[in-house]
Amino acid sequence: MSNTGMLKSSLAKKYFMALTGLFLCLFLVGHLLGNLQLFVGGEEGRLAFNNYAKFMTSNPLIKVMSYITYASILFHVIDGFVLTIQNKKARPVKYVVEKGNRNSSWGSRNMALLGTILLVFISTHMMNFWWKMHFGDMPIYKGVKDLHTITTNFFNPNENVMAGGAMALYVFAMISMSIHLSHGFQSAFQSLGISHPKYSPTIKMIGTAFSILIPAAFASIPVFLYITQA
Amino acid sequence: MNITLKVWRQKGPNSLGSMETHQMTDVSGDMSFLEMMDVLNGNLIRAGKTPFAFDHDCREGICGSCSMFINGEAHGPGRNVTTCQLHMRSFKDGETIHVEPWRSSAFPIIKDLTVDRSAFDRVMQAGGYVSVNTSGETQDANAIPIPKHDADEAFSSATCIGCGACVATCKNSSAMLFVSAKVSQLSLLPQGKPERKERVIRMVDQMDLEGFGNCTNTGACEVECPKGISITNIARMNREFLSSSLTSK
Repeated sequence: MSNTGMLKSSLAKKYFMALTGLFLCLFLVGHLLGNLQLFVGGEEGRLAFNNYAKFMTSNPLIKVMSYITYASILFHVIDGFVLTIQNKKARPVKYVVEKGNRNSSWGSRNMALLGTILLVFISTHMMNFWWKMHFGDMPIYKGVKDLHTITTNFFNPNENVMAGGAMALYVFAMISMSIHLSHGFQSAFQSLGISHPKYSPTIKMIGTAFSILIPAAFASIPVFLYITQA
Repeated sequence: MNITLKVWRQKGPNSLGSMETHQMTDVSGDMSFLEMMDVLNGNLIRAGKTPFAFDHDCREGICGSCSMFINGEAHGPGRNVTTCQLHMRSFKDGETIHVEPWRSSAFPIIKDLTVDRSAFDRVMQAGGYVSVNTSGETQDANAIPIPKHDADEAFSSATCIGCGACVATCKNSSAMLFVSAKVSQLSLLPQGKPERKERVIRMVDQMDLEGFGNCTNTGACEVECPKGISITNIARMNREFLSSSLTSK
């Protein structure tokens, strides 16, 4: 059996889904640590955040990581799309009555829907910040692109009439991410065959904590910026 | 007790089906679900109508023939029971009960509630076997030392009766629980070692060919499985497939 056969198999698609998903979990941690600097106010916070943003867009090692991240998102989306199409095809006639909630969590059954919400969020999120930082007309503060002002103004109701809506959508996206992660994190280990009575409960526990803490911390930032600037 | 039955009626593989409603009176709570269906069919025959086709055989939960999707769940609301072991006392007086066939493109409907599950047979033919010595000096299986834990695991995987409830339940019609139980049972034991690497690759290939969906780890299959087969079997198959793919010739 050649390895090309393996790559086509349903299991290989799951391995890719798991590996890209787990890499994106790592990315989330890194991204969050950077974002948390927005809690530091004043001149000090502004300079630190702007210098951090400059570092993130210029350091060669970070650049390599960012390309792996883009590729992971792309593969995760395409693979997820292919899996969903195949899975829909596998049951052309639906049940008249089906009680999925009796045997599985809502999140586990709606990963594609949650993933689509996240894809829309990532697209708008990148247009609002990533695109501006890379290609947009950015204000310069003390010789560095002033992403701090762009970000804080974005969630400032006195600067942006859409700030409230943006905050609400951000929080909604983080709730979707939380549900997506609550299934995805532990599911990735199962797909890779990493399952044992000794450590599986720990993986599940870490997955639950990860799926609550990371999105909650992300969501707290726009809420904080909105409330403190209102 | 009195119940309203809505049962799937479909003339043949290519016909369109629909739910047909029947009123059942004086149903005993001690009847099994299949016995209740027998009474319904008896009534239909006496009235000169066509009875419903459904699969059944041993009626004691070990053959894997009965296959009804009852009120939105494979084998009905009971846990660790097949349809034939499900009693009417599990339902309330006056309840409406929906009865449907397993639905999956890999399990085409033959008639009414009967589906063609030969896809499972083809998966087994692809690799679900072990080589035995036919020289006339076959070794006594009990003479081969097997760690207790492995023997227990293999036995628990071997309790799979191949009914297809996992496929019917899975929102993706995935056959991973069935295939992984068979792979586990054979690969855990020394007798299954000679074909171990080829087995998992061949069985997964055949599973994909049959048009079953992909596993998304919802865990619904292990909840609805009448034999309580665990999804740790699926994780084991994922491991076996990965290592076999990377190391087989």
